[in-house]
Amino acid sequence: MDLNLLLDMAVTGYGDRTAVSEGEDSLTYAELGRVATLGARLVRRIGADAVIFVGPSHPAYPAALFASAAAGVPFIPLNYRLGRDQLEDLMAGYPKALVVSDEPWIGEGMPGRARSLRSYLATLLDDRGSSEEPDAGPLSPGQTDDVAVVLHTSGTSGTPKAALLRHRNLASYVFTTVEFANATDEEAALVTVPTYHVAGLANLVSNLYAGRRIVYLEAFDPQRWLETIRSEGITQAMVVPTMLARVVRFLDGADARVPTLRTLAYGGSRMPIPVLEEALARFPDAGFVNAYGLTETSSTIALLGPDDHRAALTSNQPRARARLGSVGRVIPSVEVEVRDDGGAPTAGQLPGLIFLRGDQVSGEYAGVSVLDADGWFPTGDRGWQDDEGYLFIEGRADDTIIRGGENVSPAEIEDVLLAHPAVADAAVVGLSDDEWGQRIAAVVSIDGDGGAVTSDVLREWVRDHLRSSKTPDLVAFWPELPRTATGKLLRRQILEDLSSTLATENPTAS
Amino acid sequence: MLKAGLRLACPRCTTEVVVVRAPADEVMLTCSESALVGVDSAREETGHPTTGTDGMLLGKRYVDESADLELLCTKAGPGALACDGRVLGIRGAKPLPSSD
Repeated sequence: MDLNLLLDMAVTGYGDRTAVSEGEDSLTYAELGRVATLGARLVRRIGADAVIFVGPSHPAYPAALFASAAAGVPFIPLNYRLGRDQLEDLMAGYPKALVVSDEPWIGEGMPGRARSLRSYLATLLDDRGSSEEPDAGPLSPGQTDDVAVVLHTSGTSGTPKAALLRHRNLASYVFTTVEFANATDEEAALVTVPTYHVAGLANLVSNLYAGRRIVYLEAFDPQRWLETIRSEGITQAMVVPTMLARVVRFLDGADARVPTLRTLAYGGSRMPIPVLEEALARFPDAGFVNAYGLTETSSTIALLGPDDHRAALTSNQPRARARLGSVGRVIPSVEVEVRDDGGAPTAGQLPGLIFLRGDQVSGEYAGVSVLDADGWFPTGDRGWQDDEGYLFIEGRADDTIIRGGENVSPAEIEDVLLAHPAVADAAVVGLSDDEWGQRIAAVVSIDGDGGAVTSDVLREWVRDHLRSSKTPDLVAFWPELPRTATGKLLRRQILEDLSSTLATENPTAS
Repeated sequence: MLKAGLRLACPRCTTEVVVVRAPADEVMLTCSESALVGVDSAREETGHPTTGTDGMLLGKRYVDESADLELLCTKAGPGALACDGRVLGIRGAKPLPSSD
């Protein structure tokens, strides 16, 4: 069970179809199969032990991924938005890697090992490809248990980790969640999630296995995104919540006018309910899908599908309506268990730590598995399941604020703050406090015309909606909150910045 | 013993499969009565007598619920796969909504 098998099937099943395009550059499935083999020969010729990709979405991305699979070496997509120092640190672990990147400094000190995205693809695609990379005997392609991809997690609340996904994890995800060749000729997916994120990777392999044409749009912009859907006849799109928020703001109450769009999937971070409700109204003909998963689980493990969205939206029962804020139900090939701090399954629908098990779950970092003896992976997320199995995520366990012995989920308070008409963005963190253990601090950014809103107004707002023990002890106003490319709050940075601001303003209070 | 990820082939036709879900017990897998072999084994592809079935279709998943077995067809062929003599059925599960 490996990625090579998946590509072989696609080439056999629908080789003439376009697999992927970005602007003028594109590849058919047959071409992708060919450049994967030639790329693998290049890897072998230069003796590379990994393929590193540092760049935006482009046909060179799947070409490099499948070349590494065909050569049996790991594929390592890195965040091209990182600074040179950070990238060099990450790359130092792979001194023999083939590097595909448009970074101007790449290539210095690595003669023969670096290629730009276009030159990598163009050389393999044209007739020179076969002559420059002649067939010098059989390759040793990646097998079931080999590491297929190394992904660096964003580390929003802790240290970033290098998560290993083996061929069997990724192949099992695709084989059990996607029906082979289920896409019709006219289907096309618009992809705007980053190459170095598990969503970008999972999206790619799922769409290839479905036989869908992938259209990459780099440098997300709401207007270009909508225009591309119309000009390319896009049927499927995947966005992160911050992108959908920008689209909704751009539409400013108008219909999105994208009749070809059948499915609009979102994930990567928490979706604010007001944004979702507004988006559902602007895209009346699209089916919405919320996908929840982690890097360590080869992406999606739970889905809130179009029918779930409709049922929740039209229900007048608060319990059913609340499911709009859930991540839906766990997919059939994965098991879930919610456990208390002592490790026992929680009673009823009480919140606890979420554990997952299944073939797509890797739970492995640089050779160290964190699966327990029975194969369960501790996600580090807290949440609960309702009586029909809908999973609600409260956030990272590390982010839970413990105020006077009471567990407070930042997400719950953030949702209330975001529902205030003047609030554009909100983060809630715990500041250490001698008396309470932790104090609740909120950081908000305000919409342009909401200047009159004060700290007291927002504290009153939270008190009215929740209760006093969940009311922020202080509210700070920032022009903008730091988030990752997929929209996750950089809580560690917010906490550090807030603590140092407070220390400067009030040096006597520690 | 079967294991998820194991790739098998029919010695007499083009059919190839990969094990997606493996049963805990030992089972006998056949393609029109020929025992399946490892995908890298020597094969003759002499063909089968007409099976009267659609054969094995590329990308379809085949199951035997009583043995908790699931196979994915990675190369099409004219044979008919069976587990301990029971012909496998095509898995007809409701597809998940596209999340990617």
